Amino acid sequence: MEFASLSLYNQAIILFAALALFMSFIMLAQARMMPLIFTFAWQGLLLTAVSVLVAITSGHPELHISAAITFCLKVVVIPWLLYRLSVKLNMQYDAEAMTHPTLLLLGGVALVIFSYHVSQSIVHLSGLATRNTIAVSMAIELLGMLLMIARKSAVAQVIGFMSMESGIFFAAVVSTYGMPLIVELGLAFDILVASILFGVFFFHLKDSFGSLNVGQFNRLSEANQTMPTADAAEPRPGEHA
Amino acid sequence: MTLLEITLLIPLLGGLLLALVGHRPIAGWINIAVGVMTFGAALAMALEVFDHGPQLSPSRMFYIDAFNVYLVVLTAFVGLTTSIFSRPYMRHEVERGRVTSRRLRLYHAMYQCFLFSMLLALSTNNLGILWIGMELATLTTVLLVSLYRTPEAIEAAWKYFILCGVGIAQALFGTVLIYFAAETKLGAGRNDTLLWTVLHESAGGMDPAVITLAFVFLLVGYGTKVGLVPLHNWLPDAHSEGPTPMSAVLSGLLLNVALYALVRVKMLVDGSLHTNLAGNLMMGFGLLSFTVAGLFLHRQHDVKRMFSYSSIEHMGLITFGFGMGGPLATFGALLHMTVHSLTKSAIFITVGHACQLAGTQRINQIRGLIRTQPAIGWGLLLGTVAIAGFPPFGVFISEFLLLMATMKAWPWLTIPLLVGFGVAFAGLFRHVQKMVFGEPPPGQKPVEANMLPVVVHLILVLWLGLAIPGFLSRWFEQATVLITGASPL
Repeated sequence: MEFASLSLYNQAIILFAALALFMSFIMLAQARMMPLIFTFAWQGLLLTAVSVLVAITSGHPELHISAAITFCLKVVVIPWLLYRLSVKLNMQYDAEAMTHPTLLLLGGVALVIFSYHVSQSIVHLSGLATRNTIAVSMAIELLGMLLMIARKSAVAQVIGFMSMESGIFFAAVVSTYGMPLIVELGLAFDILVASILFGVFFFHLKDSFGSLNVGQFNRLSEANQTMPTADAAEPRPGEHA
Repeated sequence: MTLLEITLLIPLLGGLLLALVGHRPIAGWINIAVGVMTFGAALAMALEVFDHGPQLSPSRMFYIDAFNVYLVVLTAFVGLTTSIFSRPYMRHEVERGRVTSRRLRLYHAMYQCFLFSMLLALSTNNLGILWIGMELATLTTVLLVSLYRTPEAIEAAWKYFILCGVGIAQALFGTVLIYFAAETKLGAGRNDTLLWTVLHESAGGMDPAVITLAFVFLLVGYGTKVGLVPLHNWLPDAHSEGPTPMSAVLSGLLLNVALYALVRVKMLVDGSLHTNLAGNLMMGFGLLSFTVAGLFLHRQHDVKRMFSYSSIEHMGLITFGFGMGGPLATFGALLHMTVHSLTKSAIFITVGHACQLAGTQRINQIRGLIRTQPAIGWGLLLGTVAIAGFPPFGVFISEFLLLMATMKAWPWLTIPLLVGFGVAFAGLFRHVQKMVFGEPPPGQKPVEANMLPVVVHLILVLWLGLAIPGFLSRWFEQATVLITGASPL
């Protein structure tokens, strides 16, 4: 490959992209809560480093602000919030039972190949670096989604959600030097509100279901709705108050 | 300050005010007053646009043209009528003990913030802000879906949060890709690249491969919020477990706003690709949603769930219409958006009262509405007649237009459409007929109900079915020209 012929800047970007992708795979395989949260924070730190690097070399000073926001949200606030909540709900040492870890990781590999395949079709993309980073950020996004689908714990789903967002940020920073500032601020606000709401929901879930395992959700499936005998015998709570 | 900015500020400030007022009885009235003011401002703005044509705000942040102006007015209007319904409804819910009066603070404040986020998404000129508005609409409603704090409500809200969150994240990735394509064309360093007006002008030269990829992500993203099958799972849950005024605005307004975003994006994609790829994808998903939701109508046991499947069905039909393109189909789809949101919010308001009357949402326990309280019974019956597409209601006209357009462009697709109409009609009436005419259970007493919003909505739908007023048809025509480039008339 022609990686050696790239400028130092592009090589660094590709290195960071690869590391961020690696973090996504670690998260996918990590069953325990605390390491999961810390890996997410590391991914956020890599993202911040990329933003700073792009800001310095490309001369887009507003990217410093974006880097600062990323650092505050992804490295400090959200991991800290998740950590505090897991301690408070007494589940910091919990580990999730993974049903098919190998299959999950192979699925992740397939998603990466898929991302590369899709981005190869973008022919007039400028350089090798952009094409790689678009593919990698799409892969991070899809891996976040896979994490959300495969895991049953609410915390893991939140991490997957936030990691999807990280992948998108990565794409924005590397391929277009970030979004316009007003959009970035709005995004940061939305993510902050979302993380607070997730925290509120952890307590609601714990109160209603006794745990944060969303795998036991079955009250609203269509299959369950077709049992009129059970319905008639047992009115749903809250209806006849 | 322009009228548009006032329209946006009123619900935002109203939300803050309601957060301060808390659960005092006056909060319901303030909610209505804010709704009246928002509607007034939106109407004044619409008249201004009617006189002077499309308007770009000085900062280029907001853009109002024929397509979004009527959606802004519709959103403000349904927001107002639903707030009129919600005051006695929520008071009754407090009396029944389903919510504590303390939670009304959250409810009222979030109601107005929700309206604000939808108006923001509709009126902004920036694709990024459009996304933020859509996400904000999810965030403001998620705590309202779980307002009753039953395990079902929590489950529904979590599903809503996660599914819409994942979906909308895909839309953000699509937005980034569009930004990337536009920046490659227009050059870096401009700060207006994400503005819709700029993108629309320069759509022709954007890289088709990037734009195609972007559209797929945007379709999945905003399609989740529209409730397109197979991304619809959150919708019946969120509609059935939340308070009924929420169901009315979710069904009547939020789905429209998401579809609006999708159509805006399609306009860009069509300008870039010059193929019918975007349209064909939308037709496929639309038809699938239309068919599947029609079948699901038959197996419902919860009345609000049933009508939310009816919403999926109609959104599928509208998506199909926009996907087909062409002036006639687009005109029909625009009209259908309007009549569907008016009719569906009227139905949800009636259903809310009916559930309070019967004390349950289960279809097999709601009986004899027309005998216990004729206003509710007739409201539900007429609303269902209207939504099933009977003449002389407006839904008939728009469905007829869509059918005509299909017959011209894709004659074979009229068969699944006609079958779908029949299936949906049967699905609705097999349940509604018993609820309205059945034998009322002993001891069923009338409840305090304000049927004014229902009457107003149904009269408007009837009016649209008999004669579309001149100014409205001119708006629809302008919007059609904007979207398709040709006039239907």
